Amino acid sequence: MSIQDEALPVGTAPGTPLLRVRDLHVEFRTRESVARVLNGVSYDVEAGETLAVLGESGSGKSVTAQTVMGILDTPPGHITGGSIEFKGEELLTATDKRRREVRGSGIAMIFQDALSALNPVFTVGFQIEEQLRVRRAMSRKDARKRAIELLEQVKIPNAAGRVKQYPHEFSGGMRQRAMIAMSLALDPELLIADEPTTALDVTVQAQIMDLLKELQLQRQMGLVLITHDLGVVAEVADRIAVMYAGRIVEHSDARSLYRRPSHPYTEALLESVPRLDLKGTELRSIKGLPPNLADIPSGCPFHPRCKRVRDVCRTDVPPQHEPEPGRLSACHFAEELVAGD
Amino acid sequence: MTDNIIEVRDLTKHFPVRVGVLFKKTVGHVRAVDGVSFELKRGETLGVVGESGCGKSTLAQVLMRLEPPTSGQATFEGRDMFAMKGAELRKLRRDIQIVLQDPYTSLNPRMTVGDIIGEPFEIHPEVAPKGSRREKVRDLLDVVGLNPEYLNRYPHQFSGGQRQRIGIARALALKPKVIVCDEPVSALDVSIQAQVMNLLGDLQTEFGLSYVFIAHDLSVVRHLSDRVAVMYLGKVVEIGTEEEIYERPTHPYTQALLSAVPVPDPELRGKRQVIRLEGDVPSPVDPPSGCRFRTRCWKAQDLCAQEEPALVTRDAGDHPSACHFAEQRAIVP
Amino acid sequence: MTDPSTAASGSSVEADQFVTGAENAKPTTTKPRSLASDAWRDLRRRPLFIVSAALILLVLLMAAFPFLFTQADPNYAELSRSRGTPSAQAWFGYDNQGYDIYARTIYGARASIIVGLVATALTVLIGGTLGLLAGYYGGWLDGLMSRIADIFFGLPFVLGAIVILSSFGSTGTTSQTQILFLVILSISLLSWPTAMRIMRSAAITARQQDYVKAARALGASGPRIILRHMLPNAVAPVLVYATIALGAFIGAEATLSFLGLGLRAPVVSWGVMIADSRDIIRVAPHTLLFPAAFLTATVLAFVMLGDAVREALDPKMR
Repeated sequence: MSIQDEALPVGTAPGTPLLRVRDLHVEFRTRESVARVLNGVSYDVEAGETLAVLGESGSGKSVTAQTVMGILDTPPGHITGGSIEFKGEELLTATDKRRREVRGSGIAMIFQDALSALNPVFTVGFQIEEQLRVRRAMSRKDARKRAIELLEQVKIPNAAGRVKQYPHEFSGGMRQRAMIAMSLALDPELLIADEPTTALDVTVQAQIMDLLKELQLQRQMGLVLITHDLGVVAEVADRIAVMYAGRIVEHSDARSLYRRPSHPYTEALLESVPRLDLKGTELRSIKGLPPNLADIPSGCPFHPRCKRVRDVCRTDVPPQHEPEPGRLSACHFAEELVAGD
Repeated sequence: MTDNIIEVRDLTKHFPVRVGVLFKKTVGHVRAVDGVSFELKRGETLGVVGESGCGKSTLAQVLMRLEPPTSGQATFEGRDMFAMKGAELRKLRRDIQIVLQDPYTSLNPRMTVGDIIGEPFEIHPEVAPKGSRREKVRDLLDVVGLNPEYLNRYPHQFSGGQRQRIGIARALALKPKVIVCDEPVSALDVSIQAQVMNLLGDLQTEFGLSYVFIAHDLSVVRHLSDRVAVMYLGKVVEIGTEEEIYERPTHPYTQALLSAVPVPDPELRGKRQVIRLEGDVPSPVDPPSGCRFRTRCWKAQDLCAQEEPALVTRDAGDHPSACHFAEQRAIVP
Repeated sequence: MTDPSTAASGSSVEADQFVTGAENAKPTTTKPRSLASDAWRDLRRRPLFIVSAALILLVLLMAAFPFLFTQADPNYAELSRSRGTPSAQAWFGYDNQGYDIYARTIYGARASIIVGLVATALTVLIGGTLGLLAGYYGGWLDGLMSRIADIFFGLPFVLGAIVILSSFGSTGTTSQTQILFLVILSISLLSWPTAMRIMRSAAITARQQDYVKAARALGASGPRIILRHMLPNAVAPVLVYATIALGAFIGAEATLSFLGLGLRAPVVSWGVMIADSRDIIRVAPHTLLFPAAFLTATVLAFVMLGDAVREALDPKMR
């Protein structure tokens, strides 16, 4: 448990970061079993930077985000340890009222499925205005004006007309834009985007990623981008945290990670994606399946699937350490990987 | 006898849009597939790529004869597929099989894996005598890389990748010649995707299969395909070998698609050509006149609205492209 | 009558989605288990299920072997003990005619249970089959059957039953079995649309699943798709409806008997007993109390069982 305590994430600037997550532990308890979904997750996000959290389903990337937002379903979820500080303020022990205040105006979130994240019985405009009127005590007229401005900011054509339409009258890409506009209504300092483009077509995905980058730059927001897409990450992330079985197994700046991964899981992921620019014969797939979180393998959780596995991996949990300055890896042999063998 | 196992000519499939509760009135047609022609050669993989609503999945349904075509012809080994009935149709069902996208809904949750993979033999009892079926099912599980002892388990006891393998085993049971793969890996995690893609590749070599490989992921399509057809709003806009499409695309839509695909290499950030299309795909109920891509195309001129560009090889290219102003442009780094 | 179609339809689909989400939390190495056995495992741990199942078992035992519970003859009347209050000899007292209420309550279970079981079976059979066919074939067949169902649905239950029973069963010559048959028939005839609607919507959901598409691609015939693929996946909500309906039908039998249209003496049923107590409720309330309590408990047990079954089949509610 304590392995994550000693190592701080890379890129930790002096002073207080925008978001500081430390040693977060979450369990999902069902009648039959206890799934350890997060096992000591730590990261920092600074204003104006993009942290990509990369992982496959079940890695805990979305649960981390939900815990930060305070929207984790409890039960079955139980936060069993750790801390989440937003601008130096501890959120896990904060009152419900304070958490609600932070939600939206401090930290906002956008989701994969915009259709179900927007309420179908209200107009898009109403849903944006409602927040402004309740949280910012704006008049109906001002709120409408601001909603149109926001829709213009996310580049929805004819915003003044669109504001009166219902979510189902929007196309997939437009709906995602509307959700982004909604999340920006209270000028959050940190935006968490949970697979924001997974449900979209590739040409629309590119538009939305461009928009997110642009908005982030304009507003100097911190952005946590949760995704499984190695391509999207390569194009936008400053730093990348790779998650596996509820842990961050590697935490690096984007270039180093793609040039020379410091964890075999990252290495294997990079080798297993088909690339547009390379026509290979055989993809190097990762053998086996992601671990069952109710029964995580001993030692390094990745060892049953790792092609570099040695005896020590089966018994000892690899501590998170710096194989080279500015990077963190949870592999016993990270130094060898970084040096290249 | 040509070496084309499937030939498709001017295939269209329109779905009527009806309104009214008791007396339904047809107010228009969704032109899901609108004049598609291609051929599939024996032993090759034809990739069909396009965004949602381009008609690629409808194409699969019509090829599988799950939906009747509105018009057009298709032949399988020289015989008219859509005219087949009775015994001939049953034979066709054995020869063309499908692997579906969603591994969670494509297997009946109330049947065991043995029953699911064995069902093809129950429907076509002539393929395998009753006594040998169980053994065949075990063999199939082995072929797709699953433990043959899993026979009595239910689908919910498997992961997504394993379920997709079960779906592939079911498709292989009748020893088909062609398998239509409708987004077979898009619902899977990255590490599992590679396993299934490799399996599909291995099976092709082992059994001499021909694939129609439908996907929205251009990287996946490139990895598996010999030839590629790019679809937009029910039409093929460009078709050619994998190299022709990816290295020397001539249709603006293909170029924009390729440009939009993120490449997992931060070194290329800012160095790649960026073509960003405006807006979304128009509704297939009322597609634009002339060239259907013109509403989002940066090259569009009056001609594009008046005249529909034919899918032919033009001076600027070495493969068919449906653009009046087709020109080569290298997009992929 | 409760219409659980909104709550129960499509529960089989949701079950799959739950499994999807919990994929990583679920060990893939456990011994083979079917969804039905999963539901059964879940049910066994529910107090609601255990209580209702025990109650139902008791009532079923009473219906099958009433002599195990009482030595008294339910058809022996002695006017001298008319309206006798509960005592050591007659736990529930005597009714207006001097019948032993306890014995009659025990023996009355049989008629009530028969009406409930047979009417439910008939309702589910008619409604389920039509719903499955409508769901599979769709088109004009679905349109026609749905409209017919709508017409029956529009008939108020009691009014409909009164019309049927009074026009076919009013003649004094009809025998008791004929009346029993008529009561069952009128209940089923007025209730099948609900079962059909539930089955139809579940069947439509099942029909749109990819495994049906895969089966069609294999060349599977219509009956095979209906029986192997759609029925097992669509039957759960109808089963839930059936358990709840069983309770409701027992109540319906009592209602009709009370109105003098259903079963009548010399047949013993809870409804008949309640009807008999009608005029003496104020002087001898125990004549109403005991049969009514048994009726209510039984109906409640079936409704609770239906609830428990629905929750067990729909893991989202766990």
